[in-house]
This record gives sequence, structure tokens and C-alpha cells, in this order.
Amino acid sequence: MPDELTPDCPRIAPIGLDGVIVRFGETLSEPANRAALAFRAAVERDMPEGVEECSTSLVSTYLRFDPLHLSLEALTTALEQRLSAEDWYAAPLPEGRRLLRIPTVYGGDFGPQLAEAAQAAGMQADAAVEALSGARVRVSAIGFAPGQPYLGTLPEAWDIPRQTGLTPRVPAGALVVAIRQFVLFSVTAPTGWRQVGRTAAPLFRPDSDAPFLLRPGDEVIFDAVEAGAWDRLAADPKGGIVTEPLT
Amino acid sequence: MSGLEILQAGPGVTVQDMGRSGYLALGLSRGGAADRLALAEGAALLRQPVGTALELAGFGGRFRADVPCRIALSGAPMRATLDGAPLVWNASHRMPAGAVLDIGGAQSGVYGYLTVGGGFDLPEALGARSAHLSAGLGAVLEAGDTLPLAQDTGRTVGQVLAPLPRFDGGELCVLPSLQTTMFPDDMRARFTQEAFRRDSRGNRMGIRILPPGEGYGLTSGQTIVSEVITPGDIQIPGDGAPYILLYECQTTGGYPRIGTVIPADLPRVAQAAPGAELRFRFVTREEALEAEAAHRRMIDGLPGTTRPLIRDPAQMPDLLSYSLISGVTAGEELS
Repeated sequence: MPDELTPDCPRIAPIGLDGVIVRFGETLSEPANRAALAFRAAVERDMPEGVEECSTSLVSTYLRFDPLHLSLEALTTALEQRLSAEDWYAAPLPEGRRLLRIPTVYGGDFGPQLAEAAQAAGMQADAAVEALSGARVRVSAIGFAPGQPYLGTLPEAWDIPRQTGLTPRVPAGALVVAIRQFVLFSVTAPTGWRQVGRTAAPLFRPDSDAPFLLRPGDEVIFDAVEAGAWDRLAADPKGGIVTEPLT
Repeated sequence: MSGLEILQAGPGVTVQDMGRSGYLALGLSRGGAADRLALAEGAALLRQPVGTALELAGFGGRFRADVPCRIALSGAPMRATLDGAPLVWNASHRMPAGAVLDIGGAQSGVYGYLTVGGGFDLPEALGARSAHLSAGLGAVLEAGDTLPLAQDTGRTVGQVLAPLPRFDGGELCVLPSLQTTMFPDDMRARFTQEAFRRDSRGNRMGIRILPPGEGYGLTSGQTIVSEVITPGDIQIPGDGAPYILLYECQTTGGYPRIGTVIPADLPRVAQAAPGAELRFRFVTREEALEAEAAHRRMIDGLPGTTRPLIRDPAQMPDLLSYSLISGVTAGEELS
């Protein structure tokens, strides 16, 4: 079943000279995210000649290819055939998913824009912490920086826009919010989203055997903890995270 | 083990190569040399495959090797001397053991490259040797660091080439992107008519450019679903001043994109120094494919375009020790 809001999806569009995206929705929805993950897995099992790399973002699958060795037209035709072969919106989620409980300090220096975000969502700061720490969210994509998850979907009240300007830098572990989603920053970076809290989650450890903590499809709860717990979390290589298998 | 010692380093000296492919899905962009053409030029001057080089962001440093080695200087032209004697840029040279190579600030452009014969003998991290600063992979190099040198089987030095001019901004060819049509017609027209200036803000992830007047912000642009980013994308944040993204950019982003600079013009983007003027021209896919084919032909043909370096006698302090014409030796005998 295609996205009801966007009947013209799925749709194939070029991006730059050497890329195409297969878009399953215009806005984030559970079926569109599911379709993007499943379609990428299928493409990776049988990569067309000339395709160099494949990834997903929230509601689309991306393929990078060599445009001098594979024409956009030929690739589009091949992808259209695969799209029509199956109902990607009803495809199963990846196997091996887990639930991670990630301790989070909300507000204060750890979430300097909590009050601003709460106001945008139409509630007091206390109620905002209760809502955000009570939400069980899914990793819909890894992107922007290494190991960095987009998580959703938050309740309707959190459909708040990005800021007009950029925050010059938020620290690694910063929990930021916009458009019914969280992003948990894996590196120090500028952002247009509002920082509501901070975790000690080790999202990307390039020297480790398992450099990436999270995978698309994992579920996360950002449990609220007191600011006094920070030193203990920061000293723990696992950031205080408790993991249990889901599937 | 033999190595290149860094005696003094500018603020942005890193090891770079062609970057890493295959980690985009895990949030790690390709990265690699900001100016890939300069990497190819350095390799061509030494007659070796494209590998690692030191990328010098705006300023070089002082270097010394404990063994004789070959070096090539490419990218943004910088003042360079070897034990005080001037070195020609865009050329390859012999560097004796213990000699001090001094590389100053960029005279135009941003990124200079120091390639050594055989490359650096460094371990790979996630499939490449390049520092990916925004990902925290590798690091900016500092005085006291020593880079191990791989064995050098090549012999070519004393070659020079004329680089593709790209160090002072100029026109960039652009393909439409995902949100190009969200920008009103008059705004898109203005985008191709006016000259932008490279802002002081910029790094290996991308550069900010300033329009001469009104910005390019879209009121509806702040709630677009985050989508994959490709190098060359021209993203417009809410303040209306575009960012052109480079190879070390983030992997996804949600600001609207007015277009994407074609790969062949990315060296010109990377090398635009603060204040440089940049203009945009929308091209068809056919034109972009032709430009890409021509660009790759040019890179493949680089080794055939180098010429022997003729030393300028006025810059040879040890001129008298050379036997310039057979049979004529020390000057005082002729006076």
C-alpha cells in the first residue's frame, strides 16, 4: 500500500550526477520507512552492475553509481521492475532488532533548549521531560554523522520546526528534537535542531570491533536521570545503557 | 623506520586520499582530499598511482625526512623552500635526507598538497587512510608527529605541470536537485545571475557563500524530511546563505537544496578562498555527463602533460658548482 498522502510514491529521482533515490513518501511514516529499509536490503542482495554504494535515509533508498558506465535510464528501468515486484510498504522489519534504554539528563546545561522546545510543543518543561522520556522510539535511519540515529515517531505535539539559524556546536551525546523526531549526536557538530538533553551513548567507536552501537529498526527509550548521575554515565564505556533483544 | 617528521604544522594539516566508500548507510561520508584533482596531479608528477598525500589547509609547515625522498607539490600554490632554496610549485623534486622543507601560506586557493614518493605507510581505518575530521577518524597533524614512508620504487623528479586554473572562484555548473522547483522562478533566475562571495565560514565539510543582497531562504523549507546528501549539494539554511557541501559533508540533511554542483567543478569549490567570487549556471544532464567524461580524460592524461622542470639560474645559489657547459668550470678562471 503506497503512502496515502503521496499517491505518486514510490518514485525514482536523480540526485546529483551519480545518484538516484527511490522515495517511498514525502513525510516520515512507518510504512515508508519500512519500505526504504526493505528495498535497500533487496538491492544490496543483488547489486546492479555499476552501482557503487547503497544506503537509506528516513523514507528513501539511495544508490550511488558510475554515470559513465551505467546510464540513469537503464538504472531507473531496473529499479522500476524491482519496485513493482513486491509490496515494499508491508515488508518485514530487519531481524535482530533490540531495545536500548539510554539514560538521559534533560534540561540545564545538558539540554539548554529544553524550555524553548517545550514551549514550541505547547507544554511546560516538566511535562516535556515526562513526554520525551516516556516515548518508545525506533531508529528510522542512521545518518548525518557516523552511527548517528534519527528516531521517531514522537507524539503530534512534537511536530516542531527546526530553528531558523544553526547552533554552532552541540557535544557528542546531545539529544536534539524537531519534526516529531529525535537525533542523538555521535560527534560534536552544528545543528538546526533544539538540544533537550544529553546521553553518554558510545554511538561510534572506530577502533572497536563493533564500531556502530545502533542499527536501523532498533528501539530506544531515553530514560530521564538526575544531573548528578552524569559523572557515573560518562565514566561507563557503555554509557549506562541496558540492551535487551526484541526479535 | 624511515619517516617524514613534522617540525612545524599549519592549523589544518591532514593525511588524505580518495576517501572511503561503503559506510554511507552507517552515517560515514566518503571524505578524502578536498581537491581530488590536486591529489592526481601530485601522483602524476611522481609517476605513481593516486594514494596518500598531506593536505595543507591554507598553510603548510616545516618537514624533514631521515632518508632521501621524492616530493611533489600541488593544489593551492604556496611559497616553498628546501634548505632555504626556493622550490617551484606544481612540480616534483628530490629531497635529500635531513633537508628542511618549508611551506608557507597559500598565495591563492585553499588546499595545497605534499605528496611523497611511494606514499605514507599508514594502517587503514574503515578502508582508507584519510583523516575524516567531522567523524573523529584520524586527526589534524602537529609538530612532533612522524609519518612512516612506504617504500618508493619510483625515480621520476623534476617534472612540472600547468594546473587547471581553479584557485580564484569562477563559474560552477549545477544540476537541479530534489527541491530546486520549490524555489520560485525569480529566485532561481537571480541565483544564476548574481555573483556570490565565499564567506569566512567553511571547512572540509563545505563552504558558506554570501549573496550580494537578499538571501535564498524558503519559509516552507524548515520541515522537509531529511534526505541523503551528495557532495556538491547547495543547501539553503533558514538564514538564506547557501552552503556548498564537499566530500566530508554529513550524509543526510533536511534543508532545501537549490541544486548540485557537478563533480568536475568540486575542486573549484574547495579551492575558493574567503572572498572569492562564485557564479552558477544550470546545465542539462547531457552537458554534465560530457563534463564528467572530459574531466576523467584530463585526469587520466595528466602524466602525459608534465614537462621537465628547467631551473632558473637566478634562483640557484650554488650555481658555480654546476658544470653548465662542458669544458667550462669555475668562473674566476675566466676573469
